[in-house]
Amino acid sequence: MTAEPLLKVENLKKHFPVRGGILGKEVGSVKAVEGVSFTVHKGETLGIVGESGCGKSTTGRMLLRLIEPTDGKVYFEGQDVTTLSTSEMRKLRRDMQMVFQDPFASLNPRHTVEKILEEPLKVHGIGTPKERKQKVRELLEIVGLSSYHAKRYPHQFSGGQRQRIGIARALMTRPKLIIADEPVSALDVSIQSQVLNLMQDLQKEFQLTYIVIAHDLGVVRHISDRVGVMYLGKMAELADSERLYENPLHPYTQALLSAVPIPDPLFEKESVVLEGDIPSPSNPPSGCTFHTRCPFKMDVCAQKVPELREHESGHYVACHLYTENGSAASQNTQVLEEGKHE
Amino acid sequence: MNTQEKVLDVKGLKVSFFTDDGEVPAVDDIDFYVRKGEVLGIVGESGCGKSVTSLSVMGLIPSPPGKIVGGSIKLNDEELTKASEKRMRQIRGNDIAMIFQEPMTSLNPLFTIGNQLMDSMLIHKKGNKREAKKRAIDMLKLVGLPRAEELMNDYPHQLSGGMRQRVMIAMAMVCDPKLLIADEPTTALDVTIQAQILKLMKRLNVELNTAIMLITHDLGVVAETCERIVVMYAGKVVETGASIDIFKDPQHPYTRGLIQSVPDMRYKKQRLYSIPGNVPKPGSIKTGCRFADRCEFAFDRCRQEDPPLYHTAEGRSTRCFLFDEKEGAAHDSRATVES
Repeated sequence: MTAEPLLKVENLKKHFPVRGGILGKEVGSVKAVEGVSFTVHKGETLGIVGESGCGKSTTGRMLLRLIEPTDGKVYFEGQDVTTLSTSEMRKLRRDMQMVFQDPFASLNPRHTVEKILEEPLKVHGIGTPKERKQKVRELLEIVGLSSYHAKRYPHQFSGGQRQRIGIARALMTRPKLIIADEPVSALDVSIQSQVLNLMQDLQKEFQLTYIVIAHDLGVVRHISDRVGVMYLGKMAELADSERLYENPLHPYTQALLSAVPIPDPLFEKESVVLEGDIPSPSNPPSGCTFHTRCPFKMDVCAQKVPELREHESGHYVACHLYTENGSAASQNTQVLEEGKHE
Repeated sequence: MNTQEKVLDVKGLKVSFFTDDGEVPAVDDIDFYVRKGEVLGIVGESGCGKSVTSLSVMGLIPSPPGKIVGGSIKLNDEELTKASEKRMRQIRGNDIAMIFQEPMTSLNPLFTIGNQLMDSMLIHKKGNKREAKKRAIDMLKLVGLPRAEELMNDYPHQLSGGMRQRVMIAMAMVCDPKLLIADEPTTALDVTIQAQILKLMKRLNVELNTAIMLITHDLGVVAETCERIVVMYAGKVVETGASIDIFKDPQHPYTRGLIQSVPDMRYKKQRLYSIPGNVPKPGSIKTGCRFADRCEFAFDRCRQEDPPLYHTAEGRSTRCFLFDEKEGAAHDSRATVES
């Protein structure tokens, strides 16, 4: 994949101000996203995983400028998205769409499915009313619903069906990129797999590019070609899905993977249970933000912020263990990896 | 494995909700038991009746509209469905304790942690205030919370989600219950915190020999913590057995579908198996097997008759006609369809 990436994100930041006092002065800031960079190629699926508060959803929303970035650049097909005017941005959203987590909250309860699905076409002035209605029916069939569902209201559908409507809405304008924020986390297990399969089918059919944001590591492995792991507003590791899951380099990724319960009682894993909680993003630890919970902490970790570097081709990691200062200590990680094999 | 002594024995339990649309059976004739010192997992998707089951054991079904319309719940040979409210108050928190999914909403924001921890001991007359305080601090230490003495004076909002769930566990264990019911105890938590809490629950189960009934939708959590499993679907128990057996060879088509639907983090499947259709609304299926509409093996009898729970192997039973001797031979597609 040497072609121009579809999406290129450079050093993206979001600081939410914290106001206090009677005058509402800014007394601090929550560094929700603190310098994230990645690229997404056409036709691939990039998964972004992390625990609550790591900034994965904020990152997703900034790509569409649903949240304005504090700093950094987002290039979509070579065009800098962050400098566009509101109306230009609206036009661009035709090519970039979003699927939200909660299928109950993201559909207007007072509108019929037809009206909900027609809306994006109207906004972008696509087609005549008749063509639009035709298209709504077509898409309902594509996402596995029936055309007679068009006249119904969201409350008449189950969670899984509602998520299908959410996906259909995102597809209406035939976008190039879909950002899906926790698309299946509100669904039951048996429904979750239906929606994941649908997303994969649609990707093939419409040559879609996905950014899937999720906390479920199994879901992310299943659907992603490449995966980025975020911790406290920073990208800790980014690699091909296979490589990341088979050979995680960052101690946080290792701990995260080992914490996931495996649906197989016979599987013996060596789990690395992390101590403590995720620190507050309003007052992140110095140096590497993970050093307070890291089992391989070195002196340098509390002082210097590790940069995201390419350790092997296509495998990026932000950890001092893989720089000159820490290369000796990196042998320690071998112990952890043994638990991963059966 | 422990002795066969049962802490909790539920037989033929039926719980219905009486709504404007008539009687809706949420839990329909279920049997299960919890042995002393074991961890039993109750698995199912939303609306399968797993939470209603746990609330009935606690005597906490909101009534009206809910009502236990049949069956028995025995705690160490004491019938709970007939117990008075006064007796239930003595049992709750003392013999059976419960922890809930959302630790923020189950703690009172207006009282200190210490206050809430000591409360149940004082109510159940387990010593005076000084003893209660000492025990509360010991419990906080036992569940792995740092600076326990100071925590006693903290309010719930000052703690993180994982810490709150530890406090909930401490509170549940403070009277040394025989049975702990944990309803989705880790669903609201991040994976690294979930791992800490599960480890803690397993440790308490071993150290204090408390039986745990773990209710969850997460098959991974069940596989890691439970010795035995009860799988529920639409208000019925569809399969029970040892956790190892069920994951190795799930018998009921629903259990099999559920296990295959979960993306496994260890390797990439090309395509996930998915059970077609949706979970039926409670009360919507009147006759036949409730899974028949979504089942790839369903035949005529499945739609006409309710399958009983067949005893299929040592300690295992399955509610499916495929395990009927007569049908089993005629429809022995089970082995061949397996991929």
